[in-house]
Amino acid sequence: MSDEREVLDVLTTNARESTADIAAQTGLDEDAVEEAIASLERRGVVHGYQAVVDWDRAGTDRVRAIVELNVELDRETGYEEIADRIAKFPAVEALHLVSGDYDFAAEVAGDSMQDVSGFVSEQVAPIPEITQTVTHYVMETYKDGGVRFGDRDEDDRLSVSP
Amino acid sequence: MNLSDRVTDLPESGIRKFFELAEARDDVISLGVGEPDFSAPWAARTAAIDSLERGRTSYTSNRGIRELREAIADHHRRYDQAYDPGDEILVTTGASEAVDLALRALVDPGDVVAIHEPTYISYGPGVELAGGEPLSVPTRAADDFALTRERLAAAGAERADTLVLCYPNNPTGAVMTGEQLAAVAAFCREHDIQVIADEIYAALTYGRDHESIATQPDMRERTVVVNGFSKAYAMTGLRLGYALGPAEAIDAMNRIHQYTMLSAPTTAQYAALEGLRSCDSEVAEMVSEYDRRRRFVHSRFREMGLDCFEPRGAFYAFPDCGGDDERFAEELLESQGVAVVPGSVFGEGGEGHLRVSYATSMRELKRATDRIETFLTERRQTP
Repeated sequence: MSDEREVLDVLTTNARESTADIAAQTGLDEDAVEEAIASLERRGVVHGYQAVVDWDRAGTDRVRAIVELNVELDRETGYEEIADRIAKFPAVEALHLVSGDYDFAAEVAGDSMQDVSGFVSEQVAPIPEITQTVTHYVMETYKDGGVRFGDRDEDDRLSVSP
Repeated sequence: MNLSDRVTDLPESGIRKFFELAEARDDVISLGVGEPDFSAPWAARTAAIDSLERGRTSYTSNRGIRELREAIADHHRRYDQAYDPGDEILVTTGASEAVDLALRALVDPGDVVAIHEPTYISYGPGVELAGGEPLSVPTRAADDFALTRERLAAAGAERADTLVLCYPNNPTGAVMTGEQLAAVAAFCREHDIQVIADEIYAALTYGRDHESIATQPDMRERTVVVNGFSKAYAMTGLRLGYALGPAEAIDAMNRIHQYTMLSAPTTAQYAALEGLRSCDSEVAEMVSEYDRRRRFVHSRFREMGLDCFEPRGAFYAFPDCGGDDERFAEELLESQGVAVVPGSVFGEGGEGHLRVSYATSMRELKRATDRIETFLTERRQTP
């Protein structure tokens, strides 16, 4: 496995690991770790570091929705241009071009359902190439960013065993 | 009750005492656990549930369900091992049953069974229950706890009838290279010694693949290989293991098994089958996680000046604590709430060492190693 891959494996498990701890876990020296991270960031492999948050527990009003978008392309406009226009809105947390019944899947967040639906109807739907939007509000999140929410599993192993 | 001499003569396990000490406190970070901290892969668990829903709650054939034996045979090709699922594989209730059956099938009263130490604690009592005489063969830190020809000779192992070989090793984390195995195999051939190779940690090696002594020249016919699902598939509680060996040995083991066990747990057999069919990537992910922890623990021990050879298998490190290991472990538990197992529990050659299990989360490992560092600093200040 390449050095960068080893560093990525640690970072995708816990992005808050210190350089010293990443070095210990990968067997690289600290300079090599710093260098690998710098290179990953410079080349746009690593775009950022974020907490995985269970907003329901944070006690914050926050509504998320997955919005299906259908578009009609013309000679001048391709997926890239449309994606660029949609992604510029800060309320759009993620945007994917997908296969299947619709073209884009957008993850949109806001303070309330009105906020989200207002955003979709006033900002997204009017984009000329967009022919249809379907908004699915997230009712409950069970897993995000690879991390399962809910009660943490207790360690029920015997404390000392052969 | 009038208990048998057989059982009253059995020594108390040294693990027990530490278990009780650790259980008496509720703030303990335990590095004393001999099993994975993961749960079995979800696909394997759902296969177990599914088998129950379908009402598969009867016995299976004595040797285990046919598809499972076939899947085991396929799986072992990766170690260059070829066994016939028809008569060379026996599915057992944990690898523990396979070890017990192998000892009872191969050992006659008075037979000498060589056991390299430090090692897993069940072999000696198993030999005694089978009527044999255990012969301890201490391995040394200087050899990274690999078994060598010299150590076998020094212990007088040429008079042994059987050798129990456990690599990757619990408690040391040692592995044996092909070259090291070749020397042990030559010794066994020269002195007509048969081998029970407990390879339960075969999937958990780091930086090199596991090699089995059974793949050494002319060793297949004198070796029973024991393996199972407990460690690699994090299925300890499902109790599923197996033995691979020449038909003659497997038949003999099955003769005992059919009277004493009938068949291994049916639900677990279906879980194991799914494990072999679809859980390679989960196992690989667990192995990578153990590897990161292994490097972390080893590097922390070096930083704090705790002498430790680099373990290459299982999920244990075996640092030298520079003195009385039992006292060290007791004081560490007492003053810092960190549980480790003293090396002397695992037999001759283990004294002065500690078994540190890294089958626990990175977060806990960080806290535990920080506490061990504090403990060492305080000890150095107050001699």
